[in-house]
Amino acid sequence: MTSFNVVSLTLGFAFLYIPMLILIIYSFNESKLVTVWAGFSIKWYGELLQNEAFLDAAWVTVKVGFLSSTIATVLGTMAAFVLVRSGRFFGRTLFSGMIYAPLVMPEVITGLSLLLLFISLSVDRGVFTIVLAHATFSMCYVSVVVSSRMATFDQSLEEAAYDLGCTGWDAFKSVTLPIIAPAVISGWLLAFTLSLDDLVIASFTAGPSSTTLPIKIFSSVRLGVSPEINALSTIIIGLVTVGVIVASITSKRALVRRQQETV
Amino acid sequence: MSSATVEFSPWTDPDTTPLISFEGVTKRFGNFTAIDNINLNIYPREFFALLGPSGCGKTTLMRMLGGFEEATEGTITIDGQDMAGIPANKRAVNMMFQSYALFPHLTVADNIAFGLHRSPMPKSEIQGRVDEMLRLVQLQKFAKRKPHQISGGQRQRVALARALAKAPKLLLLDEPLGALDKKLRQETQFELMDIQETTGTTFVIVTHDQEEAMTVASRIAVMDNGLLKQVDTPDRIYETPNSVYVADFIGDVNIITGTATTVDGDATQLTWAEGVAPIKGMTGARVTQGEPASFVIRPEKVSINKSEPEASNKVQGQVLDIAYLGNMSTYHVELPNRQIIKSQTANNRRIARRDITWEDTVWLSWTETAGIVLRD
Amino acid sequence: MRRLLIAIPYIWLLLLFLVPFGIVLKISLSDYALSIPPFTPQLDLSTGWQGFAEFWSQLDMENYWFLTDDDLYWKAYLSSLQIAALSTFFTLLVGFPIAYGMANAPEHWRPTLMLLIILPFWTSFLIRVYAWIGILSNEGFLNQFLLAIGLISAPIKILNTDIAVYIGITYTYLPFMVLPIYATLEKLDGSLLEAAEDLGCTRLQAFWAVTVPLSKPGVIAGCFLVFIPALGEFVIPSLLGGSDTLMIGKVLWEEFFSNRDWPVASAVAIILLLILVIPIILFQRNEQKQREAGN
Repeated sequence: MTSFNVVSLTLGFAFLYIPMLILIIYSFNESKLVTVWAGFSIKWYGELLQNEAFLDAAWVTVKVGFLSSTIATVLGTMAAFVLVRSGRFFGRTLFSGMIYAPLVMPEVITGLSLLLLFISLSVDRGVFTIVLAHATFSMCYVSVVVSSRMATFDQSLEEAAYDLGCTGWDAFKSVTLPIIAPAVISGWLLAFTLSLDDLVIASFTAGPSSTTLPIKIFSSVRLGVSPEINALSTIIIGLVTVGVIVASITSKRALVRRQQETV
Repeated sequence: MSSATVEFSPWTDPDTTPLISFEGVTKRFGNFTAIDNINLNIYPREFFALLGPSGCGKTTLMRMLGGFEEATEGTITIDGQDMAGIPANKRAVNMMFQSYALFPHLTVADNIAFGLHRSPMPKSEIQGRVDEMLRLVQLQKFAKRKPHQISGGQRQRVALARALAKAPKLLLLDEPLGALDKKLRQETQFELMDIQETTGTTFVIVTHDQEEAMTVASRIAVMDNGLLKQVDTPDRIYETPNSVYVADFIGDVNIITGTATTVDGDATQLTWAEGVAPIKGMTGARVTQGEPASFVIRPEKVSINKSEPEASNKVQGQVLDIAYLGNMSTYHVELPNRQIIKSQTANNRRIARRDITWEDTVWLSWTETAGIVLRD
Repeated sequence: MRRLLIAIPYIWLLLLFLVPFGIVLKISLSDYALSIPPFTPQLDLSTGWQGFAEFWSQLDMENYWFLTDDDLYWKAYLSSLQIAALSTFFTLLVGFPIAYGMANAPEHWRPTLMLLIILPFWTSFLIRVYAWIGILSNEGFLNQFLLAIGLISAPIKILNTDIAVYIGITYTYLPFMVLPIYATLEKLDGSLLEAAEDLGCTRLQAFWAVTVPLSKPGVIAGCFLVFIPALGEFVIPSLLGGSDTLMIGKVLWEEFFSNRDWPVASAVAIILLLILVIPIILFQRNEQKQREAGN
């Protein structure tokens, strides 16, 4: 590998990771002044874990995450099926447009439009509305992940299932789903992460009593740097790192297994 | 072929009802006609081969039997029942897929049992049937393995066992031996024939390999561009093809074009070159006196000699090439009109001891019934 | 059964994606009112056809004219376009060498490198933007570092300026640029470069003549994936930008939450959507072409 490549990779990854490292390091800073090092301390973590408001928001966020990603996975998998398997049907262009548009739509627009919908229908805003909103934009991501797996799926497996007596649903449940399961799970994880991280759409669609963690973080950091937020960030980065490493090991194993199976 | 097939010919018996019947069946995909007005009967216990090049429609025909395609026109009947609108999962037909389509997440035993779980068979009997199938294909030791843990030939047998587990009336085989190497293919061909006879199932096989069709089939349907060219037993297709296409498709053949000058019942004479005696052969399909025709003869029916023989058909030429194949030799002989005729003889003697060699002038000869004159 | 499969996600999307846009359109044609909800007219179906007709007559394009009147808005659109375009360019500048380095790395390194690129992507967006506050502020890490090595004598103001926004967008959207380019470069047939060199090119010439043109699909995808969302960005200009940093996402937010002027906010959204329609269609066309090219 050329030295140019080595340099560009090193600089590139340094650029990506140094900000996060700084965040982590300063979360252990004794002093409240985040930028002056005053000694090692974990007191901010203690304060964070006692902060009721943050804990409540975290709980709401996790709840919303689970619910919306599960709904998004079901809907997104259905949509993927429709896109890959169904040939032409009435309104297909519109359908495929609606599936792919949220991927690139600015969140302020999606958030605004959903809020106005809920108002028009006189729906009280709360956890329920956030779940609906997140499910809607997440299903598009799930659909992309699952449909790309479906594209390489051997259709003769489904035909064999029909040939041996399966109905449509039976064939899906017994043959297709077990095989595409890794992609469906990735879709779920993606939807979960997007939901956990979302600020803008949640701000629009949340109710007075349902604050999510991103909303809480945002209102804190508008006023400037806060060591509690650093601690929270470190925890989140840590969790995500563990999750990504576990996921990557699992998927590597699954890929090896799948390569063996498709001979 | 086993001796049983010699007497087995339900298609000649007008009282037998066919198991499968195609009546005026056409299949179009948009503007493209894949199957063009086909009429065909297949009888119970047949090992029927659909043979033809890529795109001839054989796979489409089979998929229509399996329930994966619907006919655009015409009726398909299986065991007296009209198949229109009946989906694949409701037919007493099972298919062995070209890619085997084994479920990668299930064991060999679970793969075989898959169809049984979706049949009326009581749960208590399923295991017994699975064991029976494993014995049939000799894979008892592999029941707990997954498809990626067994070889290609073993996977093929699992696919067969899975397709036979429900004892279907009809088994469809889609190019089943294509992925196997030559030796394994030959062994498997005979195994397939044995299993077919033992179980008494009607097999319909799709293949582009004419040797395979000739080996296993009780009857072959040669197809081209959605049409049935000839439907007959292997020996009749080989010896009495009804068209040059069929003659050329199956095995090696010499083709001499000319005019059918005399047509007298079973015997036809073909004038093919100036100053040479016309060829005497059998009268083939649609030959009309005075019209252009082709004479086809298999290389093994053409004798080769250094001295002029006593024969109804003989012609002189020069040995252009000799293809030595171990058990036999094929001589490529160039005739005075530059056409090349192949003559094939078994190597009864060692090649070094033969008296015919390159550039020798030789005589080719054959009997009056060795070849056939065809219209087209 | 198949109908049901199509119907459920379809209806969901129609109700929760398409219909809301219709509502935004309608409200953009309404007037501000001190009511809850703060706009008029309200569609009251119980008043029958008469009410409906009256409802239509009260809709007007007033808000749109307002947008053209007040400088703020069209300046914000232009500024957003500029910031998004420049940021996309910077992201490309930083991202391409990374993708190139990854594609040329030894085979067994690549999964790890992929992991390293994807990890920031999964980490909270908000947190990653927040990290820069601590770095770019006057007492922040960067200023401290530059002061310490004597490059500057007084802290430079970077936070709450446009520059911080450029840095922020480039930083957070980097994975979106790197991944498509990497995917394209990885599929590049090495023998093409060898052929070029065999025919007389230097490494650099081969790069420009072969690698760059063939990387176009990935580059285009990456640019769209950065430009389109960046155009409507809110979080980054809000946290890292100054009060004079004009981005339309921020403007929309403030119209809605601070001024409570929903009709104007809606009009802003509609115009933004119209601006984005062309890039979105181009993006979808590019994706379609990619899919058809049998990737």
